[in-house]
Amino acid sequence: MKARLSTLNVNGADHQVTADPSTPLLYVLRNDLRLNGAKYGCGLGQCGSCTVQVDGAAVFSCLMPIAAVQGRRVRTVEGLGTAAKPSILQQAFAVEQAAQCGYCTAGMIMRAQAILDHTPAPTDAMIRAQMQPNLCRCGTQLRVLRAVHRAVEMLRSKLAHAQSGT
Amino acid sequence: MTRYDAPVSFTRRSVLTAGALTVAFAFASRAFGQRTALAETHSSLKTTPWLDAWIRVDGDGHISVFTGKAELGQGIRTALTQVAAEELDVSPYGIELITADTRRTPDEGLTAGSHSMQDSGTAIRIAAANVRMRLTEAAAAAWRTSAAAIATTGDGHLGHSDGRRVSYGELARTLSLHVEAMADVPLRSPAQFRTMGTALPRLDIPAKLTGESAFLSDLRPPGMLHARVVRGPSEGTRLQLPDVAAVRTRPGVLNVIQAGSFIAVVADNEWTAITAMRDLERTPAVRSAPVFLSDDLFASLKSLPAQEVPVLDTHGEVAVAVRAVTARYTRPWLSHGSIGPSCALAHFDGAVMTVWTHSQGIFNVRRFIAELLSLAPQNVHVIHAEGAGCYGQNGADDVAADAAFIAKAMPGRPIRLQWMREQEFGWEPLGPAMATELEAALDANQRIVSWRHEIWSNRHNNRPQSAGAVWIGGELEPSFRPAQGAPIPMPEGDGHRNSNPLYTLPNMHVVYHYLPDMPLRVSALRSLGAHVNVFSIECMMDELAKAGAVDPLALRLAHMQDERAVAVMQSAAERFGWSTRPPGDARRGCGMGFARYKNSGAYCSIVMEIELERTTGRIAFRRIVAAVDVGLAVNPDGVRNQIEGGIIQSLSWTSGEGVTFDENGRTSLNWGAYPILRFADVPDSIDVFIVDRPLMPFLGVAEAAQGPTAAALGNALADAGIRLRDMPFSPQRVKAALSATRTPV
Repeated sequence: MKARLSTLNVNGADHQVTADPSTPLLYVLRNDLRLNGAKYGCGLGQCGSCTVQVDGAAVFSCLMPIAAVQGRRVRTVEGLGTAAKPSILQQAFAVEQAAQCGYCTAGMIMRAQAILDHTPAPTDAMIRAQMQPNLCRCGTQLRVLRAVHRAVEMLRSKLAHAQSGT
Repeated sequence: MTRYDAPVSFTRRSVLTAGALTVAFAFASRAFGQRTALAETHSSLKTTPWLDAWIRVDGDGHISVFTGKAELGQGIRTALTQVAAEELDVSPYGIELITADTRRTPDEGLTAGSHSMQDSGTAIRIAAANVRMRLTEAAAAAWRTSAAAIATTGDGHLGHSDGRRVSYGELARTLSLHVEAMADVPLRSPAQFRTMGTALPRLDIPAKLTGESAFLSDLRPPGMLHARVVRGPSEGTRLQLPDVAAVRTRPGVLNVIQAGSFIAVVADNEWTAITAMRDLERTPAVRSAPVFLSDDLFASLKSLPAQEVPVLDTHGEVAVAVRAVTARYTRPWLSHGSIGPSCALAHFDGAVMTVWTHSQGIFNVRRFIAELLSLAPQNVHVIHAEGAGCYGQNGADDVAADAAFIAKAMPGRPIRLQWMREQEFGWEPLGPAMATELEAALDANQRIVSWRHEIWSNRHNNRPQSAGAVWIGGELEPSFRPAQGAPIPMPEGDGHRNSNPLYTLPNMHVVYHYLPDMPLRVSALRSLGAHVNVFSIECMMDELAKAGAVDPLALRLAHMQDERAVAVMQSAAERFGWSTRPPGDARRGCGMGFARYKNSGAYCSIVMEIELERTTGRIAFRRIVAAVDVGLAVNPDGVRNQIEGGIIQSLSWTSGEGVTFDENGRTSLNWGAYPILRFADVPDSIDVFIVDRPLMPFLGVAEAAQGPTAAALGNALADAGIRLRDMPFSPQRVKAALSATRTPV
């Protein structure tokens, strides 16, 4: 197919890109928008290192053509926070040192964020089940699970503080 | 004691007037015998003794530290920064660490073998202590006082007991560090440590959590183009010459490079390059090498021509043997399974080829690229940039050569090349298959009286050092001569690594049947032969314990004289509750495994409890306890992270992995065909205890858990009623073994 102008809404901002509409979102995020978070891992939706959110759901950006995300909200790890101002989940990953090489990590965070967004008090079994699509070869899974649990606790205590007005 | 919790800003105080400093070195006479002393540090100082090769202090106080080792995700950047910070007595946040770069850093060979802390950590520690000493002596000379009255203040300054202060930068302006290190320099003592021994958060993690530039694949120099290589489905195949004309004229395709059987497409857009590659791949593939299929792995490996490499042959007076056990153990070929396929970036400016690579051996990359492209080595500049974790030689070296070849054909344009997932699975060197046969005997008092251990394996180290050792070198016409290699000699070893038991045993006969012919391309996979040799030794210990009706821990301790080994075995057993563990039944089992990596590295003992799902054959990893002694643990959380990860990876290898083949080649070309452990399968818990030895040298950590974990799993399964000796312990094999036992459910 021929390249044509598309509008992508990524992390709350509209971006004009000229690309073949069948191009997987991953390549447009990485090359056109110069966002590093989503990684190429398998191109088949088997490893999760390209995970981003589309309209709040975790998706494999390596499988989703940009034609399919027109008018939808794409969120990447860059949309959560920065090193200077990290989100709660990013803070929890840092506290638990939930990474080794870190190649899978942004995908892990985006899938975990989708859990936090939809499930206020996930059990360990629920987190494991939902994180199942994402692979880590370094073996940091137990740290990732601890980080998600920690983020749940941090969110809960933040909410309690907000409700008590402190 | 002050700890460094947050970045410290460095302020410079001008205390000395320039030119006032004259430095006399009291230790010039010690140069005699210095090389020998540096060699005895077992560090990279023996090849790179100059202080300024490791550490530079600028006039403004900025400190650069240089290492030839690379960050592979193991946390070496943080650990080495801590080492330098400690001995310089500055904040780790005030140090810029420059890693593997052929133009900037010492040549420390490979980042492999759990050697980085020993080689580079020790070198940096001694070099930093030398720099601290020289700064102190310089201040003493300037102040015309005794060095004993001067101490570092932890913030890049030296202070005198009378209140005077001077910054490192001020002193450094007139101090040459182009001098050789002294080996016996005073080191900071554990009681003084501010940085070593603390769980400093990894310096590279914030960028990785937030999508800042952290990886090779995040580099996007201006004018960069995207390339893809076009190869057959896996090693041993070659595409019939595809019709490149139609692809060459496609919009966005800038070049199709053909040289011999090497084919690459270059495009201004990554997706264009991928779709062009896909079209070219449609041509049928033909086999270019014979098929090697092995239904019976033990017989297949044993049928290959072998060279005998003796490892141990000892004889001693012993009591008469009353029971003997013989067992064979095997492992299939394994994939490294890096999550990110190999990637490289190369740029040729007409004179100099610059290559960014995640290879573990950048100086090797310089060697083979110089040969491949007929460039002088000084005109090849290789810079390490992080890729996905590698765990041994994956496609990193091959893709670097591919990218450099393409870049040479397109001067002025940076070329980014990433292999596709199936190319990584199809073309990366595999972790070698192995077979072992062990026979051991007990006397009437449960003393081991004989021990035979034979290994059949290719060599595990085929790190490319010449153009004939990377794929493209064999594809060009004329092709480069394939590299010849030899096994790594003991005590490091490769296929025979860790085949010499640390236990004190009489009558040991250990031999490596080294298989020079490689039916499949293999190279280093984390821990090399130690995974299978430790598995074999430690399973045999349990098989003997069962035969002699003695507790497995007691049998081990009765044959172990190394006190540090005893300490980690006992520590893991106590923390696990070994003495009060439930007896193994047909559902649950407990097992242990121990090794000192290479008999010279880290000590590691693993104890685990597993549960069998009898209907599916699935193994549930319930509870795992590890104890490790890595010498001085620079970053305890880094040690725990490596051990936890090593355990999970070894469980994955041992319980589920094996490259598959058919008559056309490798068939495990995606994660569906080569499954690894996922979240649902990882253990319920892993607890790692560090037996800290703050006065002991660094021992490294990254590979220590691979063998002991495999053994603990095998022994836990045996405790649950099934002794499996052939990896992987797949659900099918577990079910078959369960149905062969008549244990009531």
